[in-house]
Amino acid sequence: MIRFRDFTYAYPTGEAPVLHGVDLEVRPGRFHGLVGASGSGKSTLAMAAAGFIPHAQGGESTGEVTVGDLVVADTPLPDLVTRVGLVQQDPFDQISGARFTVREEIAFGCENLGVERGEMVRRVDEVMERLRIAPLADRSPYELSGGQQQVVAVASMLVMRPEVLVLDEPTSQLDPAGSRMVVEALAAVRATGMTVLLVEHGLELLAEHADELHVIADGRIVAEGPPADILTDPRLDAWGIGRTRFTAAAAEARRDGLWPRSRPLPATLDGAAAGFRAAANGELE
Amino acid sequence: MTAIAIEDLVFRYPSGVTALDGVDLRIDPGETVAVIGQNGAGKTTLARHLNGIHRPTSGTVRLDGRDTAERSIASLSASVGYVFQNPAEQLFASTVRADVEFGPRNLGRGEEEARRLADRALEATGLTPFADHHPYHLSPADRKRVALAAVLAMDTPVVVLDEPTTGQDHAAVTRIARIVAALRDEGRTVVAVSHDMDFVAENFARVVVMAQGRVIADGTPGEVFTRSADLERARVEPPQMLRLAAELGWARPVTTVPEFLDALRAGPSGRG
Repeated sequence: MIRFRDFTYAYPTGEAPVLHGVDLEVRPGRFHGLVGASGSGKSTLAMAAAGFIPHAQGGESTGEVTVGDLVVADTPLPDLVTRVGLVQQDPFDQISGARFTVREEIAFGCENLGVERGEMVRRVDEVMERLRIAPLADRSPYELSGGQQQVVAVASMLVMRPEVLVLDEPTSQLDPAGSRMVVEALAAVRATGMTVLLVEHGLELLAEHADELHVIADGRIVAEGPPADILTDPRLDAWGIGRTRFTAAAAEARRDGLWPRSRPLPATLDGAAAGFRAAANGELE
Repeated sequence: MTAIAIEDLVFRYPSGVTALDGVDLRIDPGETVAVIGQNGAGKTTLARHLNGIHRPTSGTVRLDGRDTAERSIASLSASVGYVFQNPAEQLFASTVRADVEFGPRNLGRGEEEARRLADRALEATGLTPFADHHPYHLSPADRKRVALAAVLAMDTPVVVLDEPTTGQDHAAVTRIARIVAALRDEGRTVVAVSHDMDFVAENFARVVVMAQGRVIADGTPGEVFTRSADLERARVEPPQMLRLAAELGWARPVTTVPEFLDALRAGPSGRG
C-alpha cells in the first residue's frame, strides 16, 4: 500500500541526506510500527509517506514513494490527502483554526471531502465515542491539554477514513491509559482495511499490537519483522531503541540459568509470565 | 537546602475549574519525589506552585518556612528551577548556549561562572555539539533537553521536571535518569511529574499519587504501586515488573528489573 523504493532524501536546508536508500513496504490492512532513536529520520519518513515531502517541504530526492497506484511526488497534495492521512507530532500544528468546537474540528475534513451530512454526523459521533472524547465535543480545541489535542488530531484523521493513516508519535503527551486507548483504536481499524504506519517510542504497546516493525537508524532501514523478533534483537542497543523491561529481565535471568534456554526472549507481559512460569515449573532447557 | 511545605492548597482557574482541592505535602531537602496521576489530576498545577507560576487560591506553599506568596517569581527562581513540559514556554534566545547561560546570568552569577554552569549543563544533557544551533532548528526532543539544560545551569537547590521523558528516546531517558541521580547525589531536591511508571520506579525514592486535585497516596514505589485500589482510582498502570510479579502470583512488591531479579534469585521463599 505504501512502498518506498531506494528512496533518498535531503531537506532543502541541509547538506547530507536524512533518508538513505529506504526500501519499505506497508501492506494493506496491516498495522506497521516504525521505531528509531531521535534524529534517525522517523518523522521525515512519515512525512514522505504522506506526501508532505516533497510537496510541502521541497528538498532533493531520488528513488520513489508510492501509495497504492499513486506516485507521491507526481500526485498533487490535495489528491493525496484523500488517500493518506498524516497525524503530526505536534497536535497544535494540525488544528485547522477554522472551527470553534472539537466536534466541528473533527468534522472539518469530512466537510472538505464532501461527505453527506447524515453520514458525517454518524462518523464524528462514532469516532468521538471510540476515542472517548465525546465529553469534549463542545469545547474549543485550543482550550484542551496537549494530550487531549493529540486525541482530537487522531480523531480528525480517522473520521476521514483514509486508506492509509500515518501517525508520528501521536500519543507523546498522553498518559499511559490514553496512549493504550489510541493504539488499541488504531489496531481495531485494521478490520476496516485501513493501513496504519505508526511512529512510536512505546515498545510495549507496539509489541502487543503491531503486525510488523521497521527499525530506522541514521536514515536507513536496518531491520524489519514481527515485533517479537525485532524487540528481542541483540542489536537494539546499537540502534538506540532500548528494550522493554520484560526483555531485559528475561535476558538477565537467562544468564543466571533462570529462563528456559530454548525459549525466545519475551517482549510482552504475557510472554514474560509464560516463560518465568515454565522456569518455575522446572523447564530450563 | 530547601524544604517545601504545602498546606491545604486550593487552586481554581479563572474558568471556575478546581484543579487543586486541598493538597498537603511536605518535601524534605534532598528528596526525589515523583508526582503521578492521569491527565487532568492536578500534577502540573501543583508543580507550578513551587516556583510561583501559579499562586494559591487559598492555602500556603512555603519554601524554608517562608510563604511563597511574599516572594516574587524572580526571587523564587533562584531557589526552584522549573522545566516546562513544553519547551516553547521556556526558550527564547537565538542559540542553545545563550538560552542556557541566560538563567545563571540573570541570577547574577557573573560571566565566567555562567559560562561554566552552562558548559556543565550542556554536557550533562548531551547538547554540547548543538551549543551554537538555534533552539528552533532542533528536533522537539532535543529542544526539550535544552529546556532541561537551561534549568540545570541555574544550579537551584530544587529542580522541578514536568514530564521530562515524553518524546525522548531510550538514550535520552537514560541520560535524564543519570541527571536525576546526579542531582540527588549533590543533595538537591528533585520533584518530577511523570506518566512513565518505569522511569518513576527506577529513579525516585518517593511517589505521590494525585487524583481529582488531591493527594490520594504517598510512599515508596513499592508501597504506592501495590495499592491497587488507589492506582485504579488514579488510572495509573503499575510498572512493568510489578505487573509481571503480580501475574506470577508473587506477594513481594518488585518495581524494577534489579528488584525482580533479586526476588527471582531468592527462590520461592524470597518472593513472598
